[in-house]
Amino acid sequence: MDTQLDLWEVFVQSKPGQPYKHAGSVHASDKLMALQNARDVYTRRGEASGLWVVRAADIVASNLADHDMFFDPANDKIYRHPTFYQVPEGAKNI
Amino acid sequence: MSTTTTAPVDIFTEKIERGENIEPRDPMPEEYRRHLIRQISQHAHSEVIGMQPEGNWITRAPSLRSKMILLAKIQDEGGHGLYLYSAAETLGISREEMIEQLQTGKARYSSVFNYPALTWADIGAIGWLVDGAAIVNQVMLQRTSYGPYARAMVRICKEESFHQRQGYEIMAKMAAGTPEQHEMAQDALNRWWAPALMMFGPSDKDSLHSKQAFLWKIKRESNDALRQKFIDKTVQQAEVIGLKIPDPDLRFNEETGHYDTGPLNWDEFHRVINGDGPCNRQRVEHHVRVHEEGRWVREAAQKVLSFEF
Amino acid sequence: MTKTDALFHYCLRLGDDAVILGHRLAELCSRGPFLEEDLALTNIALDYTGRAELFFQYAAELEGKGHSADDLVYRRPERRYYNHLLCERPNVDFGHTIVRQFLFSVYDRYLLEELGAAKDTRLAEIAVKALKETRYHLSHAADWMVRLGRGTEESHRRVQQALNDLWTYTGELFEMDDVDLLLLEHGIAADLHTLRALWQAEVKQTLDRAGLQRPADGYMQTGSRKGIHSEHLGHLLAEMQYLVRTYPQAAW
Repeated sequence: MDTQLDLWEVFVQSKPGQPYKHAGSVHASDKLMALQNARDVYTRRGEASGLWVVRAADIVASNLADHDMFFDPANDKIYRHPTFYQVPEGAKNI
Repeated sequence: MSTTTTAPVDIFTEKIERGENIEPRDPMPEEYRRHLIRQISQHAHSEVIGMQPEGNWITRAPSLRSKMILLAKIQDEGGHGLYLYSAAETLGISREEMIEQLQTGKARYSSVFNYPALTWADIGAIGWLVDGAAIVNQVMLQRTSYGPYARAMVRICKEESFHQRQGYEIMAKMAAGTPEQHEMAQDALNRWWAPALMMFGPSDKDSLHSKQAFLWKIKRESNDALRQKFIDKTVQQAEVIGLKIPDPDLRFNEETGHYDTGPLNWDEFHRVINGDGPCNRQRVEHHVRVHEEGRWVREAAQKVLSFEF
Repeated sequence: MTKTDALFHYCLRLGDDAVILGHRLAELCSRGPFLEEDLALTNIALDYTGRAELFFQYAAELEGKGHSADDLVYRRPERRYYNHLLCERPNVDFGHTIVRQFLFSVYDRYLLEELGAAKDTRLAEIAVKALKETRYHLSHAADWMVRLGRGTEESHRRVQQALNDLWTYTGELFEMDDVDLLLLEHGIAADLHTLRALWQAEVKQTLDRAGLQRPADGYMQTGSRKGIHSEHLGHLLAEMQYLVRTYPQAAW
């Protein structure tokens, strides 16, 4: 059986302070190679200030079938958002 | 089991109708998955095989600048192949399997890469025409319904914008150069024009296959419409640099606002795509040879998998 | 020989190493053992070709004969090329490619570190930029030395063979002639004798990590300082210079 090495997911930070965003994947046998391959594949135009790689097999993802149970209960908790609250006219810096 | 749970197939249809992307873990009909695997892997193989005709000129590029540009461009194509393999892998097929399909002829790649790159002007023509045609198709695919495919396309379109320009720049320079250079440029245009137009595929207005792709919003414009788009913008570009489009029937149609063109030789298209183009065997053999030569390297890397540096 | 003459030759040599090794790596485009590594090798080829252009631009200015960087690359015959023999060695297999890259990158790393402090601003600037690239090339190549050395029986055998084949071309890296000595007096060139010890220590360290045998120092091939090359270079140049030589009047 041929091998194309393991699958790793790549996350790129575009500027310091920015969040890491999923960019795609690469194949590699080990951590160092995964990082180097991610660098050569996803940052050829100087678009990165940071890189994460993680084995695809280690990612745990939510399931669309569980969507209702997972995410809908958060929809009616509007008191978590600042716009829910009334602030008296004239109050500043709040 | 809750009675309000929507059936998987309805979730899929509703998402498509709302114009939302389908994501890897979403329910999807098996035919949708198969259609995408075929299309995305074919697209990936085209990028990878497409490295060869241009690679044929890297060691003969006539200046340091042109050598670096060409290297960077071919490297991008390899990168684009990778983005696409990545997208296809989210559908549950491995890269090993896709490569095997390519090498055994089960999967295809764009037929245009079965033509040879004979002179330096061909590097210009490939960038200008072949990449130009690919971009028209890829711009549409940025809005395709499968999320990973659409995202790969956004990235690819962003990176490809220089490819067509570098090809056009070579053509412009050669067309304005010595008589020999001008002749090479015209000759390259003559040979690549029809193959580039055929990249969009035969007319699909009666194709059931395409109808389904439209319904699933994988495809959003017909082959003929995309081809026309490409023709309309390219004719003017040829005029600007003083080259002649090799089509005696080419004329601007005032009524439609588009260029009319002569018939394409679809027999040749089918012959080439079915294996009898000038370079079919060479392209696949190259891929197989390199793959075999790399096997011991991949095996070694896999062996030290657990080795911590 | 004036200082300017010496510096011209020095830049030419640095440019020649970069353009020839870059060309060998460029030959590998679409020939990597897997797609990611294909892109990695092309990146290294691009780094070398880019730095070659910088060295040749400077060399052309120092020469003052109105040549461009491209003239120096595409219109110079093989007897006036001064790249080290190691750089023109054919790719053979991935083992040879990696060993060549590793041996040269260790040398390049110490050389560029020295030149980064050269009393010639222009040269120092190029060296500082190139050093960043080379540090990456070195870690890439050294990692592969370890993977191949400690991988399978076949990979170990191949990489050891490549090492044995290429070792004879490493002595030349540390040869010094009048050009070096004159520039050394002006604080411009690197002292290759000091560099040799650093090179040997670092090479040995990686070979140990990779479980590879350091070949014995037998006869060392020589000639490139005088423009005497292996037969390979003529073919490489014939291909590289083909268009410019066939259409000498044309601009590209």
